[in-house]
Amino acid sequence: MSDCKEEPRAPRSTWISQVKTPADAGAIGATVTANIDGQDVKVPMGTTILEAAVKLGIRIPTLCNHADLCVAGVCRVCVVDVEGQRTLQVACAYPIAQPIKVRTHTAKVRNARRHVIDLILSDHYGECYCCARNNNCELQSLAKEYGVDFYRFGHPDKAKYEVDRSSYAVLRDMNKCVLCRRCVRTCIDLQEVGVLEVAHRSHKSKVETFMDKPLGEVICINCGQCINRCPTGALRANDPTYEVWAAIDDPTKHVVIQTAPSPRSAIGECFGLPPGTPMTYQMNTALRYCGFDKVFDTNFTADLTILEEGTELLLRLKKALVDGDKSVKLPQFTSCSPGWVKYIEHFHPDMLDHLSTAKSPQQMFGTLIKTYYAKLNNIDPANIVSVAVMPCSAKKFECNRPEMTSSGYKDVDFGLTCRETAQMISEAGIHLPDIPKSDFDDPFGTATGSGVIFGATGGVMESALRTVIELVTGKKVEQFYDHADIVPIRGFDGVRYAEIQIPDVGPVPDLLKRYFNDWNWLKGATVKVGVCHGTANAKRVLENIRAGGKFAECHFIEFMACPGGCLGGGGQPIPTSPEIRKARANAIYSEDSAYKVRKSHDNPAIWDIYNKFLTDGPCGHISHKLLHTHYTARGKYIIVV
Amino acid sequence: MNSSIKNALTFSTVEPSGGLRAAMDKGRAEIIAEVRASGIRGRGGAGFPTSVKWNLAAAAKSDRKFVVCNADEGEPGTFKDRVILSEYAGLVFDGMTIAAYAIGATTGILYLRAEYTYLREHLEKVLAERRAKGLLGQGVCGKDDFELDIQIRMGAGAYICGEETALIESMEGQRGEPRNRPPFPVDTGFTGRPTAVNNVETLAWVACIFARGADWFKSVGTGKSAGLKLFSVSGDCKAPGVYEFPMGITVASLLEAVGGQDAKAVQIGGASGYCVPAGEFTRTIAYEDIATGGSIIVIGRERDMLKVAENFMEFFADESCGQCTPCRLGNGKLLEGIHLLQQGRCSMQYLRELCSLGETMQLASKCGLGQSSPNALLSIVKHFQSEIMGRIPAAAAAARE
Amino acid sequence: MLITDRERLRDDIAGWAGRYGRERSSLLPILQEIQKKYRRVSDHAMQIVADLLGIHPIEVYGVASFYSFLSLTRQGKYVIRLCRTISCDMAGKESVAQQLRNDLGIGFGQTTPDGMFTLEWANCLGMCDQGPAMLVNDKVYTQVTPQQVNDIIEQCRRAVSVFATHNKEH
Repeated sequence: MSDCKEEPRAPRSTWISQVKTPADAGAIGATVTANIDGQDVKVPMGTTILEAAVKLGIRIPTLCNHADLCVAGVCRVCVVDVEGQRTLQVACAYPIAQPIKVRTHTAKVRNARRHVIDLILSDHYGECYCCARNNNCELQSLAKEYGVDFYRFGHPDKAKYEVDRSSYAVLRDMNKCVLCRRCVRTCIDLQEVGVLEVAHRSHKSKVETFMDKPLGEVICINCGQCINRCPTGALRANDPTYEVWAAIDDPTKHVVIQTAPSPRSAIGECFGLPPGTPMTYQMNTALRYCGFDKVFDTNFTADLTILEEGTELLLRLKKALVDGDKSVKLPQFTSCSPGWVKYIEHFHPDMLDHLSTAKSPQQMFGTLIKTYYAKLNNIDPANIVSVAVMPCSAKKFECNRPEMTSSGYKDVDFGLTCRETAQMISEAGIHLPDIPKSDFDDPFGTATGSGVIFGATGGVMESALRTVIELVTGKKVEQFYDHADIVPIRGFDGVRYAEIQIPDVGPVPDLLKRYFNDWNWLKGATVKVGVCHGTANAKRVLENIRAGGKFAECHFIEFMACPGGCLGGGGQPIPTSPEIRKARANAIYSEDSAYKVRKSHDNPAIWDIYNKFLTDGPCGHISHKLLHTHYTARGKYIIVV
Repeated sequence: MNSSIKNALTFSTVEPSGGLRAAMDKGRAEIIAEVRASGIRGRGGAGFPTSVKWNLAAAAKSDRKFVVCNADEGEPGTFKDRVILSEYAGLVFDGMTIAAYAIGATTGILYLRAEYTYLREHLEKVLAERRAKGLLGQGVCGKDDFELDIQIRMGAGAYICGEETALIESMEGQRGEPRNRPPFPVDTGFTGRPTAVNNVETLAWVACIFARGADWFKSVGTGKSAGLKLFSVSGDCKAPGVYEFPMGITVASLLEAVGGQDAKAVQIGGASGYCVPAGEFTRTIAYEDIATGGSIIVIGRERDMLKVAENFMEFFADESCGQCTPCRLGNGKLLEGIHLLQQGRCSMQYLRELCSLGETMQLASKCGLGQSSPNALLSIVKHFQSEIMGRIPAAAAAARE
Repeated sequence: MLITDRERLRDDIAGWAGRYGRERSSLLPILQEIQKKYRRVSDHAMQIVADLLGIHPIEVYGVASFYSFLSLTRQGKYVIRLCRTISCDMAGKESVAQQLRNDLGIGFGQTTPDGMFTLEWANCLGMCDQGPAMLVNDKVYTQVTPQQVNDIIEQCRRAVSVFATHNKEH
């Protein structure tokens, strides 16, 4: 991706902590022997002590270190004794450039680690048993590992800061912050959104928003990536389970829940299962047991999204290529990731016309439940409480957008994260892996593999291509791609680009006849698509488009706010790492393979709804009213009163 | 403002740009060899051999290199750099120019602390004169292959920026937070390029070394601590000010020269240094015994050592960058401990725990600030335990009266 | 803030960015110019700087809040910084501090209601041999006695009022 390079400004912490191989060019590629606790290991020059120790299976505790983030070296938990050095060195940031001897648990080291933990505890307000991260807290584990049984340097007895509950998505309790700066590195370096940074200095240092404004009033995109990387309970999602339980307990309410594909591949982690263990059908049973009246599959509206978004793309292409309409914006951008949508609203508001107007699957489902489903089952939509299980914290914001009321009601009442769902399930006394499986409820029960892969980066694009290729060529995707796996756009590369040839065209399907007479204008065309995940990559792609680079030539680009796509979303189980996300992706793709129907337009329930309800077809008048939305140019200026 | 200079300084006997011209007659390697032969070590306090630093910077390959003069003098009790910059700026720029030539730098930066803003005008004037004289710019001293300009960058009020990597961060427009080392600035410094950061005094001495010869410098001082050193003397003595003494001088003879013989203790090396009690005044000031950047604070008989310790800890608690745990929180805990001692409410066990914490800070902090901030308290606890323990809480004392 | 004030601020910052270069390493010099002219680095100024340098406003905020010579709130025309470090402490800074409080009617960290003076503590000013020392803006005062405090303050006031009369006459 050479023409999409942008490197005038190195993100700060990759810069300060770059672990460089020695200047001696001859040494690059050379290996060096490290002796750690008496064991030798050969490692490439520049390997850190921590990485070398991992190779030997030696555990060095860490706190500020994170697999997704650049090195900080600030918590000082991972100190080790390096022979010949007067002071202790941090294993996470010390590059091995010559043979060294390291000892990882001398008296000095143990004492120092214990002191560091004691100091953090002396500044960490709150009790473990009333914390969202109880039993899944890195500070708690460290305290246990080092046998902390009293507060050596005291413990705060009152809160210093008010908890910031201003955001629908992320709740910040800075009393629990340990200043590991993972959230800062996530926000500035990994996501390049720039909402959180350390302000002030000395003991007054605090992770703050701009001018310490409430999070809900700054340019946070709600991606929740900071939550996933926070080692303690300082950052968490804004949790509506209390309200959801209240709705369940209210006999006048009909409470339905839709479940997105990503949480299924991950919720098992909350119950001790290894990442990538699908729990789709156990979760259905568990949610019914919790008291939800109906359990639906968001994949259904994922398929619907493909039809709507795909048709919108074909319409844009026709307007631009055949009618010569200059006002049509291409490439078209996907709009299912609410973090991404808020990102572009803040940072590139002049490019909003590129966004597909199709709502996200969550919101489409919400609308259909309070219109189509309510009518079908003769339920007053006022009495329906619609809940969504999402891998996402931004979905909590999305369902609260004022425009998301096409049904005449709040389309989706509550967004639950995967973690909160697991919490509800365990509160109901269920150990998820132990319960029987059951299917989704009708009338939306049927879904396709295409809907499932929405959960992985590139999934929306692959689903859309499967459908567009078949609708346009009249041939099976399998004739072009083995097993309909469009491999060129899979994977975890931050930015991906692919060209899809349309050698031949077929007849226009009935569904689209109102818009197109024939496909001849697409014959021999090359459809250029892009995929990117993580807003830092999104930024690069948008800048490339502005500069007239390769991505400006694209027709369709998938954007996901979170690294890895939804499976790495801010509502997924903690912790996260590249390996964990890979395992979740494998689960998602194997679930896709197992589906008999793997293309959105082959979903019979989709035909059903277009026949019975959305009778003027994709992008028709009814669908525009119910399934499409508009965006707000927010800009990034922060008003400080 | 009175003159701070109290005894005859070598700097006033060395002809401005004399050392520079002598150095320019030598090759780059020869210059570094001469610096090595002089045995000079960093005068900022850490005492890293200047020639080693230059050698590493000279060996590093890069399109551009920098030489930085660290004029962020902020150590409590230190003011010699202010005097050097006001009176002998020419020598400092001579030293920077020699350093730049030796390592192959084309840009020199003097990082001046915000508290010394009033010196800036004078320094800019000196630089302008040097440009006019051909001592800066294209072909310095008539050497066609040597181009150098020196700029002044202002600090903005942060003691930590005296730490060389924090100083570089600050020049890059960042919070002044020290970096992980390695990599070192000589390899990866300002904007990622090789950078030699030297103290004001070191650079001035380098100019003198080339004017007088390495042998002259080496002949003064001790084996491991060559040469002369400026001392900033303040506190309870008759004649506070800047003094020049050879390295290896005993504390006692220094006190005699400044009129502080009656002292109960001397804080050597500023807030981050050591508190030396009267019983140890025979010790020497040298890298092999008590190393210092030159801050000498004389503490008189009637001073309360806990108040001294409190003042130092307040300083660090405010000036810590707040990045690493031991320093951000440790300084506060030590300060709390001092308050407990003042109130007569500190158990012996807790005092031991605090001292152990102090040792952890020395070992596990990220940079020199946290590694040295407990020094003063630890040495005061060690030498003045009878004075600081067993205080009667003020309220109890008042009630008895 | 009036639109004309905003424009003036933007023009000023653009000028400084032009002089120092639109790169991250110019951040401190630009912030120092803003501080000098406007006596504070406002939220608005920080966002303009961020825009011009292509960085996040939060990064500018992180930097501006780090350094003690940059202020987020508006400082007085004269910023008085009294050294509180050991040698000045031993030389009697506390009685100078008390006199400053009395004569200005404010505490440390505060600004007089007329916007004339801000009183702050400073860490070691490098005048240890001539303490107590204090800075009034960039000017240094040494061996300050409580009796001199009022004179120094009056000098500042007079400097302003003379200037004001001067303006009126022309």
